[in-house]
Amino acid sequence: MRTPYTVRLFTSMPRAGWVALVLFALFAWVWMPIAHLALPPEHALHVSSYWVSLLGKILCYMVVAVAMDLIWGYAGILSLGHGLFFALGGYAFGMYLMRQIGRDGSYGAELPDFMVFLDWKELPWYWSGSDSFLWALFLVVALPGVLAWVFGFFAFRSRIKGVYFAIITQALTYAAMLLFFRNETGFGGNNGFTDFKRILGYGITTPEMRVVLFGLSAALLVGVLLLGRYLVTSRFGRVLAAIRDAESRVMFIGYNPLHYKLFIWTLSAVLCGLAGALYVPQVGIINPSEMSPANSIEIAVWVAVGGRGTLVGAVLGAGIVNLAKSWFTVSFPEYWPFFLGFLFIAVTLFLPRGVVGLWEQLRSRRGPQAASDPAPEAAPAPVSAAQGPRPPDTVVPAQVSESTRGATA
Amino acid sequence: MKKSSHWTHRAWLILPLLAALFLLMAAGKARAALDEAALQQLATGDFGARIAAIEAIGAGGGEDARRLIAALEAGELGVLDGRVVILTGGTVTDAASGATLEAAANAVDTLRVNNRVRRAIGTAKAALDLTAGERDTRLAAANTLRDNASETLLPVLERALETEQDEAIRDIVLLAAARVNLNAAEPAKRLKAVSALGQSSDPAVRTMLEPFLLPANEPDALVREAAADSINAIERRVAFAQHVGTVFSGLSLGSILLLAALGLAITYGVMGVINMAHGELLMIGAYAAYLVQGLFRTHLPEWVDWYVVAAIPAGFFAAAAVGVLMERSVLRFLYGRPLESLLATWGISLVLIQAARVIFGPQNVELANPSWMSGGVELAAGVVLPYNRIVILGFGVFVLVLVWLMMNRTRLGMFVRAVTQNRPMAGCVGVPTARIDTLAFAIGAGIAGLGGVALSQIANVGPAMGTGYIVDSFMVVVLGGVGQLAGAVWAAMGLGIVSKFLEGWAGAVIAKILVLVFIIAFIQKRPQGIFALKGRFADS
Repeated sequence: MRTPYTVRLFTSMPRAGWVALVLFALFAWVWMPIAHLALPPEHALHVSSYWVSLLGKILCYMVVAVAMDLIWGYAGILSLGHGLFFALGGYAFGMYLMRQIGRDGSYGAELPDFMVFLDWKELPWYWSGSDSFLWALFLVVALPGVLAWVFGFFAFRSRIKGVYFAIITQALTYAAMLLFFRNETGFGGNNGFTDFKRILGYGITTPEMRVVLFGLSAALLVGVLLLGRYLVTSRFGRVLAAIRDAESRVMFIGYNPLHYKLFIWTLSAVLCGLAGALYVPQVGIINPSEMSPANSIEIAVWVAVGGRGTLVGAVLGAGIVNLAKSWFTVSFPEYWPFFLGFLFIAVTLFLPRGVVGLWEQLRSRRGPQAASDPAPEAAPAPVSAAQGPRPPDTVVPAQVSESTRGATA
Repeated sequence: MKKSSHWTHRAWLILPLLAALFLLMAAGKARAALDEAALQQLATGDFGARIAAIEAIGAGGGEDARRLIAALEAGELGVLDGRVVILTGGTVTDAASGATLEAAANAVDTLRVNNRVRRAIGTAKAALDLTAGERDTRLAAANTLRDNASETLLPVLERALETEQDEAIRDIVLLAAARVNLNAAEPAKRLKAVSALGQSSDPAVRTMLEPFLLPANEPDALVREAAADSINAIERRVAFAQHVGTVFSGLSLGSILLLAALGLAITYGVMGVINMAHGELLMIGAYAAYLVQGLFRTHLPEWVDWYVVAAIPAGFFAAAAVGVLMERSVLRFLYGRPLESLLATWGISLVLIQAARVIFGPQNVELANPSWMSGGVELAAGVVLPYNRIVILGFGVFVLVLVWLMMNRTRLGMFVRAVTQNRPMAGCVGVPTARIDTLAFAIGAGIAGLGGVALSQIANVGPAMGTGYIVDSFMVVVLGGVGQLAGAVWAAMGLGIVSKFLEGWAGAVIAKILVLVFIIAFIQKRPQGIFALKGRFADS
């Protein structure tokens, strides 16, 4: 098996990997507070609040991308519903934020504004405890976790996988979006939650809070990367990759893939929930459009652009696409969808291993001894396009290529 | 959404009515004696008395009565020396005898008509029409009387019941008579009326009967019992009609799902390409219909009702052309890699959506239903089967038959099946596999275009319309079993009917979620859909 890039980053080049992490930590926890809080706005190195929020938001997206890479890149499960778990975490924390508004809403009422607007007299039962920070943290983890566990249990038990699984997760997030769009659901309907004022009594738009949230997002990303690195290098990660490549054979050896898949799936959902919880206070709004199938597919785009099964690639992909998005949507709002669409077609056609793969391709071209992985990548999204597109007449049916792949691997 | 032109229907009802009236008036020279007492009342009484008199005259029937009522309606009826006279131009005619009177027109005191009188005139006319004239005339008359009949008209209703042959009219007249009898003093009459009303399937009749359940309103126990029975009968009938309506809307939803999913059943089911741009191919078909409508409006305005027919090939070929482009430029490099074809086609769908937004603007465009698709068949009160849904149901069957013929009866279909089952072998015996791929994908895309033309007649047409159908389409294909046209049909119809029943019970959103849960549960039991799988990628 090709060693994942992160693994190499931490094992074969331990110093470079740790140096990169330390540099990132210094940037996030030392440089950012100084540049945003201490330097005056006129200063050339001052980081504006726009950039702090944007980068914090992208850090959350990066966490989601790593979570997606864990299940897609390593377990071979493509989820088109990860936006749902992200949004659930966001809504769980958003409930707390709504309660923190208190009587400062535009109606000056104890209830959140949208409930006053709907003429509700008291909080629905599922909002009980929402004024407690700890309960909110619990919900952030529990809501996506439980939903993912229940859904994953039934899906994996009946061995739904591949395209079927992708489509069902897409339908799941679509159904949830329809549900959350309704006012009766009690989550603000179309508009969702917005107009937050404070967290734990501290103002949410103060520069200090912004820096703290940014730092927390960075910490979450570092933690998720380390956890992911630990998981994929452990025996667990190897079994997972084995399931991805040949599930039946793993079963014949005596493993039950259900537990492995279920664990990584639930973990991935929980990580998305955490990212969602950090995303909401930084962006200031959560609404059902986060659950739209298109948003979830976009998460897969980040990972594919960066390179699947690399962890670092997911981080890079999320960063590249989202920075491009914020630049495009400001400069050429008309052309962003064209760009994203063509980017994606180009990546699937020409860069099946993403940006990280491109870098490796270039590296191997410079020094042939560096190309130390001649074995084809055995991911469900194989690599043949890396050798250039095949003429369609020689395309081998999947069953055949499956078995030949088995014979050579 | 769509404008429907009800006025044309009303015109069709009124025109023969007028014609019949006119004919009868022209032919009517024979005189039947008018009720003298009623005439007297008309001449001297107050408004209440006059109304009673008008109804009595209507109940009496005859040519004279018809002329009198017509004159009254035209404002040509007056009073001269306590007698009722008709004023035509400058001449004054005695209403009772028909004799021309030597009197100045301005000496006549014209009868004034207010709204209550006007309603009474309508009722009287209906009473006159009920036993004479064409079916449409009688039907209209019966409908008027159902809401307005009074005790005076009871004899007319009973006479009509004896002679009327038409079931529909009889039912209405029965209702009208029963309605009058409900207020009768004799319990026997009320009993009869209450039982007769049990024949109705109008929920409004149910509310009419409800007071008769209470002893405070209805002293007679027998009548109370009969009322309860009648209400039960009505409820059963209404429930049945509603079930029929639900099944129909389920079938109609199913046919829409089928039209949306049929193309996918070919591109995904047969070719193994996860085409996330399928919804956008529907959109292209719908926009093609929009363009054809525009062409007809400017160049062939007299044929504009038939633009839909011309839009069918236009939608097919527009979507098929885009399909060829997609297959040749992107998809042929991704065969055998379903997850990557999924992501690449999603990129294509983004590009197509944005292209539609740039070309046609972000708003939904207006498509008019042709007049022959407006309106509907009324099964029972409140249960209407709209014509456009019926047409789409038929269109779905048509497309299905076409696809089946194409796949099973043509050389191209044979090649497609051969390539699906064993590509290298098909290639060995000389099937041009690459061209077959392109053609099969083009046909799948073209069928999506046909679906889009159908959807343009019932749903909004805009850049985002495709995204709404993609999830549903995949559900149909997955549930039906990949590569199975029959499975797609069963799945589409089943999903349509199940969701409509669930919608009636739990609302649209909950129904959608329940359907999703049901599909997940179903795939637990049969992981490969209703029918087993025989695609190119049976194991992917």
